[in-house]
Amino acid sequence: MSGGRTVFCNARLVDAATGLDAKGGLLVENGKIADVGAGLFNDIDRNDPEVIDCHGLVLSPGLIDMRVFTGEPGSEHRETLESASRAALAGGVTTIIVMPNTDPVIDEPSLVDFIRRRAEATARVHVLPMAALTRHLAGEVMTEIGLLKEAGAVAFTDGDRTISNTRVLRRALAYASSFDVLVVGHAEDPDLIEGTAVNEGEYAMRLGLPAAPALAETMIVERDIRLVELTGARYHFGQISCRASLEVIAKAKARGLPITCGVSAHHLVLNELDVGPYYTFMKVKPPLRTEADRAAMVEGVASGVIDVIVSSHDPQAADTKRQPFAQAAFGAAGLETLLPVALGLYHNGAADLLHVLKAVTSAPAQILGLESGVMKQGAAADLALIDPDAPFVVEPDLLRSRSKNTPFKGRLFQGQAVKTFIGGECVFNRGAPR
Amino acid sequence: MSQAHQPILQSSHLIGIEGLSVGEITALLDLAEEYVALGRAKEKKVPLLKGRTVINLFFEASTRTQSSFELAGKRLGADVMNMSVKTSSVTKGETLIDTATTLNAMRPDILVVRHQNSGAVSMLARKVNCCVVNAGDGSHEHPTQALLDALTIRRRGKTFQGLTVAICGDILHSRVARSNIYLLGKLGARVRLVGPKTLMPGTVARFGVETFTDMREGLKGADIVMMLRLQLERMSGAFVPSTREYFHYWGLDREKLAYANPGALVMHPGPMNRGVEIDSSVADDIEVSLIHEQVEMGVAIRMAVLDALSRGLCAGEHHL
Repeated sequence: MSGGRTVFCNARLVDAATGLDAKGGLLVENGKIADVGAGLFNDIDRNDPEVIDCHGLVLSPGLIDMRVFTGEPGSEHRETLESASRAALAGGVTTIIVMPNTDPVIDEPSLVDFIRRRAEATARVHVLPMAALTRHLAGEVMTEIGLLKEAGAVAFTDGDRTISNTRVLRRALAYASSFDVLVVGHAEDPDLIEGTAVNEGEYAMRLGLPAAPALAETMIVERDIRLVELTGARYHFGQISCRASLEVIAKAKARGLPITCGVSAHHLVLNELDVGPYYTFMKVKPPLRTEADRAAMVEGVASGVIDVIVSSHDPQAADTKRQPFAQAAFGAAGLETLLPVALGLYHNGAADLLHVLKAVTSAPAQILGLESGVMKQGAAADLALIDPDAPFVVEPDLLRSRSKNTPFKGRLFQGQAVKTFIGGECVFNRGAPR
Repeated sequence: MSQAHQPILQSSHLIGIEGLSVGEITALLDLAEEYVALGRAKEKKVPLLKGRTVINLFFEASTRTQSSFELAGKRLGADVMNMSVKTSSVTKGETLIDTATTLNAMRPDILVVRHQNSGAVSMLARKVNCCVVNAGDGSHEHPTQALLDALTIRRRGKTFQGLTVAICGDILHSRVARSNIYLLGKLGARVRLVGPKTLMPGTVARFGVETFTDMREGLKGADIVMMLRLQLERMSGAFVPSTREYFHYWGLDREKLAYANPGALVMHPGPMNRGVEIDSSVADDIEVSLIHEQVEMGVAIRMAVLDALSRGLCAGEHHL
């Protein structure tokens, strides 16, 4: 990029933070957005080497994925920050929030620092770590929330574990609220789900698989909302999966509680029947629910009760997935399919493009208190150039993630990122735009 | 056999009853009738599977099913190898699929598989190119058990249409119950399920069955009472408070059996927990108990299944 200056012209600018959806251009200088607006650079010479002709494609802030598991440190054979970064960029994602569920668990300021330095050295994508809320994710003793925050933890969570001890959770929430940090919870009653693999219902009965009812989630959602009310902590449900939880959260939000929630991409398009003949790539946490629940998740995104869409990217090696269903690992790789899934909501008419992209850009930025996720003067030029109509067939072997456990094998999507920019620099290019 | 070489099964595997048609089920039962007669003759062997290799791969201990399959294979003239989990390398960390592909390389013709996890047998079937018989997978299906139960009922002169069968006990974890629900339903029988709610799946009504928590109510008008084995580890407070209480409410004794139709017959897939789910005086009463007949029918059914599957094998190369 000559002289640190890049001009994007002929773009459909879609920026949820400012409500902008218009034809126009954008100027990047020294890695920051210097100008952006409708009608900008309409008459510029498109052959100029510092001009990128967007051919009418969508230019959006780069995606922010609030829920990414990697294997670094501890399980680098599943995913490193470097491989997750390549997958993210190919999916139009410019910021990933990584979960502390690693080995060792990210529960020490030095480990937060390790993640940040490792990411800086190996990954192009912005990597922001969440730290554990309790030491070793054991749900017993809270971590050094203040020091971890200073070290760079953007939020606090026990990842895919639910703290069952309500006394511990109450104190952790109260303590966290003294530092005004975000706490991200996972809602699945550990006792009810112990040993189970799928959603309880007719299909689970047919398969003879150990199953837990969806209320294992809703009960914890209700419990946590009460504790938020008591403590005043800022609280985000990392992902919900059923209608009952959605309704409970809608009521809590209506009461003005500082609560937000997310949904994973796979819960927007898959239901419990997709488990099919014991297809272990469909084994996720929380489990795929009924079709009515899936439809409710789409409604929730459309209505805004669900704030963010996440990939819940959880790479698993083949040997832990190629097991009998009950023994197989939970988790689905999803960084590269987050955007195509989200765009599906737009194509299906569930929500307009601005609203869909909000759930993966400005909404997570706002919840996490990030300055990215917006296209305005002075913001970092982390951008995704998106062809909302490009056909995309998921071929596991072509995914950049080190683990190929996508639940979308062979599935056809409409729309994908064609170019991804970090600080104005093109870090992913799928090929020339149409 | 008279029907030799007529294809019976569409699939090259027998994974469950759910995927079978009424025609396939009836054909298997008819074929098994012939093997019942053979089993009672002096010369019990036919060379139908001569030269074929059958491997019994049991990841979960089983005496009767394994010996039943072994005997069935041997009576058909096959070479039968028994492999159980304790002697295999599965305990050394080898995955199920590794085991499957290793065995597959030995070119068996039929694999008979039991596994403690639902779906494990169908997963294995996708990885090998021989026929696979499900000898019970987790809580999913146990097709040969349901078939032998049906044969036992049929040989007692009962017609399935309108027959009332009460299946009692641990429905939730029982593969025998699932296979029987499918099979009896397909053949037109009325199925009732009896047991405490902790052992009854909530959605079971979707299967076109009636459910009862009161065993006496559930047995009223039943022609067949099918008892299920209750795993002892499920009775120490997790699902049922005690064996004593379980037997009191759901154990089959004379008094509860009296609620069933006169002449009602009692079945059990074995092995029985006497004094837990069934009283000895009922289990050992040859007037009402079909339990030993079930064992005999088991061998005949397994011969029929091995015969039927071998019909899909061609003379030289496999072409599955």
